[in-house]
Amino acid sequence: MEALIALSIGVLTACGVYLALRGRTFPVVLGLTFLSYAVNLFLFAMGRLAIGRPPVIRAAAVAELAYADPLPQALVLTAIVIGFAMTAFVIVLALKARAELGNDHVDGVD
Amino acid sequence: MNHLAIAPLLLPLLAGILLLLFRHTGIGPRRVFSLAAVLGQVGLALLLTRATSSGDILAYFLGNWLAPFGIVLVADALAAWMLLATALLALFALLYACRGGDTRGRHFHVLFQLQLFGLNGAFLTGDLFNLFVFFEVLLLASYGLILHGGGRARVRAGLHYVVLNLAGSAVFLIAVGTLYGVFGTLNLADLALKVAATPASELGLARVAGLLLFAVFALKAALLPLYLWLPAAYAHTSAAVAALFAIMTKVGVYAIVRVYSLVFGATAGPLARLVEPWLLPLALATLLVGMLGVLAAATLRQQAAYLVVASVGSLLTAFALDSTAGIAAGLYYLPHATFAAAALFLLADVIASRRGDSGDRLAPGPAMPHAPLLGGLFFVTAMQGVGLPPLSGFLGKFLLLRAALEHPAAPWVMAAVLLAGLLGMIALARSGSLLFFRTLPPEDGAEPLAAALVPVVGLLLLGVAMTVFAGPLQAHVASIAEQLSQPYHYVHAVLGGRP
Repeated sequence: MEALIALSIGVLTACGVYLALRGRTFPVVLGLTFLSYAVNLFLFAMGRLAIGRPPVIRAAAVAELAYADPLPQALVLTAIVIGFAMTAFVIVLALKARAELGNDHVDGVD
Repeated sequence: MNHLAIAPLLLPLLAGILLLLFRHTGIGPRRVFSLAAVLGQVGLALLLTRATSSGDILAYFLGNWLAPFGIVLVADALAAWMLLATALLALFALLYACRGGDTRGRHFHVLFQLQLFGLNGAFLTGDLFNLFVFFEVLLLASYGLILHGGGRARVRAGLHYVVLNLAGSAVFLIAVGTLYGVFGTLNLADLALKVAATPASELGLARVAGLLLFAVFALKAALLPLYLWLPAAYAHTSAAVAALFAIMTKVGVYAIVRVYSLVFGATAGPLARLVEPWLLPLALATLLVGMLGVLAAATLRQQAAYLVVASVGSLLTAFALDSTAGIAAGLYYLPHATFAAAALFLLADVIASRRGDSGDRLAPGPAMPHAPLLGGLFFVTAMQGVGLPPLSGFLGKFLLLRAALEHPAAPWVMAAVLLAGLLGMIALARSGSLLFFRTLPPEDGAEPLAAALVPVVGLLLLGVAMTVFAGPLQAHVASIAEQLSQPYHYVHAVLGGRP
């Protein structure tokens, strides 16, 4: 499972960086979105990977130390919300730039 | 628990929300309310300064969750100092905006208050993830402000600024995630304890996380080579916003000082002084490149933007000296540099509005009405900007050079700082003579001058006050530096008696 998660994060980051370096705003926005997905997965994995363990702690779970770290899940939730808002903002900004500059190149010149 | 520590967050947040609710009332009442809220923040910052000046550190446990399990706000002397500088700067920036710039787009006052909310939060928080959240708050507000008023150049510069900062946020989260993965905590005080006891097997990861974090803060602070976003963004936004943004780079500087004195400071065991080998050379290079930018700039606003880059270089040079004298010099220089850059942004706008089509381009243009007054103010502002005697810029630079004497790299620091001063002086002298002496016949139709100059004069008077009260202020910054050099107090205030 570690290899699979690591590979997913790596591929997402690579795609994100590649797209973010493109010259048009749409691929850049997509790239930033991929990057934020990769980051979210990464944050999630930082609580260590565990299967079938509750994040909400009960007495029995504490005794066996069999619970997942709840904090990264809370962090990811926050990061997802912020990432969502930022993506929405950058899409609107890209549309505004397209309207103002007359094309969708990030530098405004074709 | 003293509720004073959270007041600088609640005031702008509530003011912003109320301004949004009453967005349909006339602009007059909204301006008065917004100004009153900023005045209130100046008062709160003064109260906090008094409460923390004796070395007390106020920790505020949100929801009464004990640290490190809950989020904690920490008001120490450094945070209070930053809050005070921010509030004073915001007051004059807002005064300038209230002349009419705030009606060129929607929700200026809402965004302005939320920007202050984010800034104050970044200075007060004692938790790394919470710092990320406040960075996002202040960035989102700044995205709105930087685009305020619209226009081609502004949108293009704004797009670059937004995309770059989004990428920066992703790196910030990776650094934060790695730190959590290694240490299992994000509370700064708790991190300070755990970093000092890093097991040898985790050293590499912890170092990577620490340096990634430095890269993010360097991006926010506009340290070489991550400063390229700044000149375009600051030179194209409206004057009041650019003036307020003079403090934005200082948030990055503050974060560097806080994290690398507390968490990766001298007491951090194997990770002690993590960024020291990088900070001084980068800071000196930033200073010189910034001044070269000042020399090469084609417009006065661009020149002011490059002055901001150069001031970040001077500031981080002072902090990189790794002595209490150096930190004290940096802390004295920080508000001065902020006020001077803001004054130049505002003055550039006043000048640009009086030169017809020439705007703030550094080329001969029509002679301005009231040129002696404007020229005199430009002269004082330029002196502040490059640090000539007798005002606070000179004192700051003098303190910096004196602190550098004991550092092994003293010749480099001396050479870079003095050369940068010379370059800045040449550049601004040239701008002044181009703007005020080599003029074409005047055009008429200028707007009233007095209202526009009040904020500029106010910012310059702050510099004069910093000169007059240099003695007490220097004692104050020395005590802040002393407090920073003993992270034990911070840790104790946050974690209490817990070992």
